[in-house]
Amino acid sequence: MSNNIPSDLKYTKSHEWVRQAQNGAIEIGITDHAQSALGDLVFVEVPDVGRALSAGEACAVVESVKAASDVYSPLAGKVIANNGALASKPELLNEDPYGTGWLFRLETTGSAAVSSLMSASAYETFLAEESK
Amino acid sequence: MGLKTPLYDTHVQQGAKIVDFGGWDMPLHYGSQIEEHHAVRRDSGMFDVSHMCIVDLSGGRVREFLRFLLANDVGRLKTSGKALYSCMLLPNGGVIDDLIVYYMSGTWYRMVVNAGTRDKDLAWIRKHAIDFDVTVAERKELAMIAVQGPNARGKAAALLPPPQQAAVLELKPFFGAPFGSWFVARTGYTGEDGFEIMIPAAEAADAWGRLLQQGVKPAGLGARDTLRLEAGMNLYGNDMDEHFHPLESGLAWTVAFEPKDRDFIGREALERAQRESGRELVGLLLEDRGVLRSHQKVLSAGATTAGLCGEVTSGTFSPTLNRSIALARVPKTSQPAVQVDIRGKLHAARIVKPPFVRHGKALIDIS
Repeated sequence: MSNNIPSDLKYTKSHEWVRQAQNGAIEIGITDHAQSALGDLVFVEVPDVGRALSAGEACAVVESVKAASDVYSPLAGKVIANNGALASKPELLNEDPYGTGWLFRLETTGSAAVSSLMSASAYETFLAEESK
Repeated sequence: MGLKTPLYDTHVQQGAKIVDFGGWDMPLHYGSQIEEHHAVRRDSGMFDVSHMCIVDLSGGRVREFLRFLLANDVGRLKTSGKALYSCMLLPNGGVIDDLIVYYMSGTWYRMVVNAGTRDKDLAWIRKHAIDFDVTVAERKELAMIAVQGPNARGKAAALLPPPQQAAVLELKPFFGAPFGSWFVARTGYTGEDGFEIMIPAAEAADAWGRLLQQGVKPAGLGARDTLRLEAGMNLYGNDMDEHFHPLESGLAWTVAFEPKDRDFIGREALERAQRESGRELVGLLLEDRGVLRSHQKVLSAGATTAGLCGEVTSGTFSPTLNRSIALARVPKTSQPAVQVDIRGKLHAARIVKPPFVRHGKALIDIS
């Protein structure tokens, strides 16, 4: 099982990663572990720009040859960008989950705090527990 | 822990992702299911299908027995080694299993049935075999490797001693023959040319390794499923089961109603079903982006939930067409334009005639 967990990102128990960008915006994708477990991805549906999301809301769908999985918004916020390239190249999610395979960017709202999410080492521990 | 084929350790060594399939620990893929799919369409791939159940049937009345047991007619098999695809039915026409039967001799037929239905199949076969004094022997000591793709036969033939290579390459489609301790048949479940090789379990890992050296790519159950669906082939448990008869499962072509005086289990029920309009199994091509999956609801075009007309039985993303395809059971009166409910949203789809892909070529218009 592939297990690349960059130390500068934050993580959720539902296997999303969060990168802090400028001006309080955050970038969201699925982890290397998640893409590896899903297998070859063939269809990705990202949330529309302008959509307001609450924390934990199902807002994107990643489908592999095997099955469809929901992606949950790690924090509350408004979608300010989505990765249009995934429409024609869903395999970017397999090839580069932390880079060109990003899903969407959020302008966080309310008391949303990136610091409340798991660190890389906490996520690693979580994965180890989960696989037991 | 599930049942393991003689190739299990080989799969693990080659990095397979192992999943449970009908109680067996089987390879789903060895890294990329899509690459494995393309390898079979473009060159060659190999599948461990040792979980499938090989049964030898023998006795003086074995032909008579199989003409009664199966919906297709083994009476059509006149040449040794010739294979026939058939359903085995309940009296009400429900499909117990689909299978391949090889005519070996007047007193010996070989059958290959699905792994997931093994127990009930053997019980059913044995129950009826008694009346015909037919011996039913499962060949558990045989493994089976399917080598499929446009270059599969040549690469597989290289495993045999030179004198046998020419003979194996001369096998016609849907024929099998013994080659030493092997039984090689020109059959498959991918829509490509190739062989299915029955081989003593002890020789399986060596043969797999030699095929690998020939450049044959190991492929898992994932690719097997996308390949068979592109080829328009049914999967037992998805596209037909005991609740549906062959005529509503795209398998009317496998039922031999002629000669009329042949009695077979399920005949009466199927003759009744023939007179009803009923449902049929069709192909679906999704017009929108997304992926069709089994159990999604099919609606007539323009209809809301009231226009429910059918259900997807198998759906997937087709790596060859780069579109989503499916098999679905719908009323025979359905119009070509339909909609499919994918997670609460209706998506346009079109009824098409399978197969979607054969011998590497798209057979339906995807424009």
